Amino acid sequence: MVFDVAVEVRLKAGVSDPQGATIERSLPALGFDGMSGVRVGKIIRFAIDATDEAAALGSVEDVCRRFLTNPVIEDAAITVTAGAVV
Amino acid sequence: MTVEIGIIRFPGSNCEFDAAEAVTQLGGLARMLWHEDPDIGGVDGIIIPGGFAHGDYLRPGAIARFSPVMNGVRSFAAEGGPVIGICNGFQILTESGLLPGALQKNAGLKFRCEMTELRVEATSTALTNQAEVGSILRIPINHFEGNYTCDPETLAELRGEDRVVIRYVSNPNGSTDDIAGICSEGRNVVGLMPHPERACLEVLGSVDGLVLMSSVLAAAGVHQLAPVAPR
Repeated sequence: MVFDVAVEVRLKAGVSDPQGATIERSLPALGFDGMSGVRVGKIIRFAIDATDEAAALGSVEDVCRRFLTNPVIEDAAITVTAGAVV
Repeated sequence: MTVEIGIIRFPGSNCEFDAAEAVTQLGGLARMLWHEDPDIGGVDGIIIPGGFAHGDYLRPGAIARFSPVMNGVRSFAAEGGPVIGICNGFQILTESGLLPGALQKNAGLKFRCEMTELRVEATSTALTNQAEVGSILRIPINHFEGNYTCDPETLAELRGEDRVVIRYVSNPNGSTDDIAGICSEGRNVVGLMPHPERACLEVLGSVDGLVLMSSVLAAAGVHQLAPVAPR
């Protein structure tokens, strides 16, 4: 079965985020008020062929730990959904 | 016997010839190694040079750590062989787990390319065995992701074990504890963001890199004579 995967790579809480801080500082000057807590991450999408959702999730967690994130400063929010039949 | 320093080239490395020039200038032999080589070919020391290995895609060093030659580097490091990672090489060493912590984007999001002053904080490492604690070296930096980051436990360990090798006199990138370079527990693996190989000729504005490059050759000479510890 093919599953669609979205991995959101985020800086861990407490790790400084120079990009997020820069965006946040510029908001008031641009007229956007009341916005705070800006954090910048990245999203990685791909498809995976696996026997079931649990197996897909297991593989994705593995690749996140070993490759897609640097566990020293990043973690990942993983979404696995059954892919559309092409 | 002349010491031979292996310099590892990845697609996107760009400081390998500067490193080779510095090694040669000091009487060593420089041998280029390719990232797909199955081993390190019996060299006495390793330099992982600066640049943008694999285009820095995903994260600097994230893809380079899986290159076949890195298995040889890991074994060599475990035997006590000197391994120096400069700039992108430092990022590759942290990604490989050979050094703790990570290199984050510079605070201020500026690519910093300038001369810096560094203070030698620890000797008895593969990078500083010819230097003196407290000496100030003028050596350039050239990076966007040189902001050293680690958790408080790791920082306490680095400080407690005297493994912060060099610090910036004036922090250019937000690096934790002004750290410019650290070493492994065995003190044979050292990573630093500044470029000592670019400070080895008067015409380049400083020769303060010579003491560090000489240290690398000295460490390689010691390793060449040392019986390989059984693993």
